[in-house]
Amino acid sequence: MTTTAPRTNSTATLRQRMLTFAERFTTPLVPSDYLDVIDPLRSGAALRGRIVAIHPETRDAVTLVIKPGRGWHGHVPGQYIRIGVDVDGVRQWRAYSLTSTTDRPDDCISITVKAIPDGTVSNYLVRRVTVGTVVQLDQAAGEFTLGTPAPAKLLFVTAGSGITPVMGMLRNMRRGGASDVVVVHSAPTAADVIFGDELRMLAAQGLIKLVEIHTDTDGMLDAGGLGDLVDDLAERHTLACGPVGLLDALETIWAAAGLADHLYTERFRPTVVATGDGGAVSFSATGITADNDGTQSLLDTGEAAGVLMPSGCRMGICFGCVAPLRQGAVRDLRTGAVTTAAEGDGVVIQTCVSAAAGPCDVEL
Amino acid sequence: MTALHEAPVDLTTHLTAADIENLGAELDAIRDEVLASRGERDAAYIRKVIDAQRKLELTSRGILLFSLFPPAWIAGTVGLSVSKIIENMEIGHNVMHGQWDWMRDPKIHSTTWEWDNASPAELWKHSHNELHHTYTNVLGKDNDLGYGIMRVSEDQRWTPLYLVQPLSNAVNAVFFQYGIAFYDLQIGKYLKGRVDKDDFKARGKKVLAKIRRHATRDYLLHPLLSGPSALTTLTANATANVVRNLWTHSVIMCGHFPEGVQTFAKSSIEGETRGEWYLRQMLGSANISGSRAMHFMTGNLSYQIEHHLFPDLPSNHYQEIAPKVEAVFERYGLTYTTGPLPKQVASAWKKIFRLSLPDNFLNSASN
Repeated sequence: MTTTAPRTNSTATLRQRMLTFAERFTTPLVPSDYLDVIDPLRSGAALRGRIVAIHPETRDAVTLVIKPGRGWHGHVPGQYIRIGVDVDGVRQWRAYSLTSTTDRPDDCISITVKAIPDGTVSNYLVRRVTVGTVVQLDQAAGEFTLGTPAPAKLLFVTAGSGITPVMGMLRNMRRGGASDVVVVHSAPTAADVIFGDELRMLAAQGLIKLVEIHTDTDGMLDAGGLGDLVDDLAERHTLACGPVGLLDALETIWAAAGLADHLYTERFRPTVVATGDGGAVSFSATGITADNDGTQSLLDTGEAAGVLMPSGCRMGICFGCVAPLRQGAVRDLRTGAVTTAAEGDGVVIQTCVSAAAGPCDVEL
Repeated sequence: MTALHEAPVDLTTHLTAADIENLGAELDAIRDEVLASRGERDAAYIRKVIDAQRKLELTSRGILLFSLFPPAWIAGTVGLSVSKIIENMEIGHNVMHGQWDWMRDPKIHSTTWEWDNASPAELWKHSHNELHHTYTNVLGKDNDLGYGIMRVSEDQRWTPLYLVQPLSNAVNAVFFQYGIAFYDLQIGKYLKGRVDKDDFKARGKKVLAKIRRHATRDYLLHPLLSGPSALTTLTANATANVVRNLWTHSVIMCGHFPEGVQTFAKSSIEGETRGEWYLRQMLGSANISGSRAMHFMTGNLSYQIEHHLFPDLPSNHYQEIAPKVEAVFERYGLTYTTGPLPKQVASAWKKIFRLSLPDNFLNSASN
C-alpha cells in the first residue's frame, strides 16, 4: 500500500520531534532518565527485565524466569540473550541460552544457568540473585536454531549446560508435533543432568530417544563412538553444544565423513589457540593507556584500567563488545589470526577475543 | 616584592623524607581498604541518591506549576533548590570525578555524565580534575586559588585591583555557575593571548549553547508550562539557581580558603614524590564539621581533606575514613583544619577582606 509508508514515517518524525521538544524541558538529562525512575520496564525504555521466579534445576544450576520489558521482540528457540547484572555493584554482561517456550501466556522468558568454578556471574545468578531483581537485557540473537521447516531427523549432542539451547528447541518442538529426535547428553551423574526428569519424561512418552552418558561411571563421551549409539548418524542433522574438546572432535569426525554441512555447533567458551606479543593499548576516546600481555583479552585489559567497555558473551559470539580499531595490530585469541588497521580503515574488532599483537589504538 | 611565604615549609620541617614516605604508605593503606570493601552497598547508595533526587526534582517542578499560590511557591522552591544542590554536589561532582566508574554502568559514568550547571562536563573535568586536583594550591598553577581574580595568599603580589575583591567574590557567589563556566573557559589566559583562538571560540560556543539550553528550560519553558503561574515559576527557578550558587560557593570557599590552609610555590612541586603529593593535599585543604545532613548537602566536600587525598573514592566512604585520616595527621604532628560551616565561611571571607589590602596595611595603620 502506498499510503502506509509515508504515514509511518510522519508518525516517526512527529514522535522524534516531540521527544526533542520534551528534551528541552529535561536538559541536561533526557526524558527517559526520569521515566526510568517511575517504570524501568515501560515500552520505549532500554530493554530490561525483572526476575519473577527462580527454580532450582540441579545442585549447581537454576532456571530464572524473567518478565522482559515491553520492548521485547521475542525469540527463536535455540537463541541466546545477553543479560547484564550488577554483581558486587559492578555491571557484568553474559550470554545465556533461552530455555522457555515462545508462547508463554505470561510473556515471560527463561534462561538456565549452571554455576562454573570461579564464575562471577554464574555463581551470582545461581546462588545470590533474588526474585524482583531488575536486569539489563538485549534482544535475542544467535544462529543455533532449527530453521524452517525443521529437519525431519535430528541428533542433539550435548554436555553439561550445553543442553540449555537444546531444551529451548525441544520444549517448542513438542508443540509442533516433532519428528525423529535423538538426544545424546553427557553429565557427571544422573543427578547432574539439567532438566533430567523432563528429558526422561519426553523419552518415556516416545517423543525423543534419550541416551544419557554419566561420565563419573561411564567415562567421557567419545565422539568417535557416537555411531555405536546412533545407527543412522549420516541421515541426521546434528546440533552440538558443549565443551570445546567435544565440539572440535565432532567437527573433525563429521568433516572426515564428508558430513560437515550436517553438523552445527554452538560454542560457550573461546578456544585460546594463539597468543601474541602484547603491547600498549591506547583507549583513545577515554585517554587511557594500558599494557596488554598478549594473552589477556583487550576487554579484560580495558575493564581493569577503568574504561567503559561494552561487553556481552565474552566468548566471541555475540558481538556485544565490538569497537573500532583505529590503528595497530590485534591477534584473535581463538585462531591466532592477526588483524591490522591504519587510521581510516574502519576496522572493528571483538575486544573479548582479541589481544594486542603490538601497540594498538582502540576507539573507546 | 613580597617575600616568599615560608609557612608550609615551617609546618613540615619536623618530618624527614622517610617520614613523608611512611605517611604516604599509611594513606595508601587506607585507600586500599576502601577499594577492597567497595561493592553492592555503595552501588545501592548512589542509585538511591540519584533516584531520590530525580523524584524530588519532578515533584518540585510539579508543585511549581501552581506557584501562584505562595505555599506552593515556597515548597517548590525549597525542593528545587535542594534537588539542584544534590544534583551538582553529591551526584554530578562526584560522578564526574570517576568515583562511580567502577560500577561500569554507562548511565552513571564520568565519561557520559552531564550536569545541571552552566559549565559543560568536558570543560569542567579538565579544569577541575586535571588542573585543580593535580596542582592543588600551587601558586600560578592552580587556578581555583582565587579563580584568577582574587588574592587568597600573601604570596600573590598585591595590586590595587584586589581592593574590590570582597565585592567581586560576592558577585561571583550569586552567579557562581556562570563564574565556573567562564573560569573553565580560561578567559584570563585567553585575554593574555596564551590560549589558541579557534580552540577558545569552539569551547565558548559549547558553553553558550549550554547556558542557552538551561536558561530556556528554567526561564521560559517551565514558566510557560505553568500557565497563569508563569511569572512566579520563573522567580522560583531563579531563586533555586541562586540558592544553589550561594551554597556551592560557600562550601567550595571552605575547602581551600580558610585560615590555616597552606599554599605552595611552583618550585616546591618539582620532582614531588607520592608522599609529598599527599602532604600537599593534607595542608592545602580544610574540612567542615557538622551533621550528616550537612555533609550530604555538601556532596561530602565537607570532607575536603579526604576528597583531595582520594578524589576517586566513592563519596559515601569519606565520612568513615575521616577518623583514620585525622589520626595520621596527629601521628605526624600536622594540623587537621576543620570547623563548623559558619566559622569556616567567616574565616574565608575574613581572608578575602584582609588580602584585598596590602600586607601589613592594618598593622602599619595602627602603628
